[in-house]
Amino acid sequence: MLKIVLQPDAFSRLGAKASPWLAGITAVLLTAGVFLALFVSPPDFRQSESVRIMYVHVPAAWMSLFCYTFMAAAGGAALVWRAPLAHMAAEATAPVGAAFTLLALATGSLWGKPMWGAWWVWDARLTSELILLFLYLGFIALNTAFDDPTRGARAAATLAVVGIVMVPIIKYSVDWWSTLHQPASVLRMSGPTIAAEMLVPLLIMAVGYTTFFLYVLLIRMATLLNNARIRALRQRQVRTGWEAAR
Amino acid sequence: MSALESFLAMGGYGAFVWPSYLLSLLVLGGVLVTSRRARRRSEQALAALREQTSRIRRHAP
Repeated sequence: MLKIVLQPDAFSRLGAKASPWLAGITAVLLTAGVFLALFVSPPDFRQSESVRIMYVHVPAAWMSLFCYTFMAAAGGAALVWRAPLAHMAAEATAPVGAAFTLLALATGSLWGKPMWGAWWVWDARLTSELILLFLYLGFIALNTAFDDPTRGARAAATLAVVGIVMVPIIKYSVDWWSTLHQPASVLRMSGPTIAAEMLVPLLIMAVGYTTFFLYVLLIRMATLLNNARIRALRQRQVRTGWEAAR
Repeated sequence: MSALESFLAMGGYGAFVWPSYLLSLLVLGGVLVTSRRARRRSEQALAALREQTSRIRRHAP
């Protein structure tokens, strides 16, 4: 395990083996999830068919927090142990997390309009989720903002670690402040309060979004590893070029 | 109203339900396509560079 975490080549081999499985599992889960969400799950007794937005909104919102937590943990590990692979994990996660956050906000808006009568309200849940999007964008911007890539990496990782305070704030925003957003109905201490016919497709979509993230993470980390190998080769070329010229 | 029409209407919420699914497909599909394309480009660039360095090494005295 430690070998896989520390050695890029071992990681690349594991990634190459795991990614077709992740792709297959993701395709099956998302197909089944969308089918159940659109055709099998019942309309809500108060929200009628608009409740079907839940199956794409809630998993995207969960993933926005999951990806951020992962990114901050990887960024923190990169800061503490100077592990390039850990920073690559954070760097690979940021755009995917930003995409999930954007989807959570946009599908939430499409759900809010018919249910609340407004595309957007500046309440605690929506505002804190918007700040999360800016944290992702800030990470991406800082990461490439310096001529020295290690300085950029450290600045971005520091932002990711500090920004982790937003994760519990978003999660509990619906309990701490009065808001239009409904409180948690699945991830709560006393167990889910939604019917199994809705919970099952929701969880299938959530697991499918998670395996999608892992699949894309492997692809993006492979790209970053290739780019690092390219940089190393070029540096070696430059060095040997100097030696040859001497 | 036919079964298909009533399905597409989504109880009057079609204008909100369908864009949600379409947007999710577009954004996640976009993430997937751009990520795969970037990986392919990096693989090609790395292969070309390795080819080049091995050629230089072969010609080196």
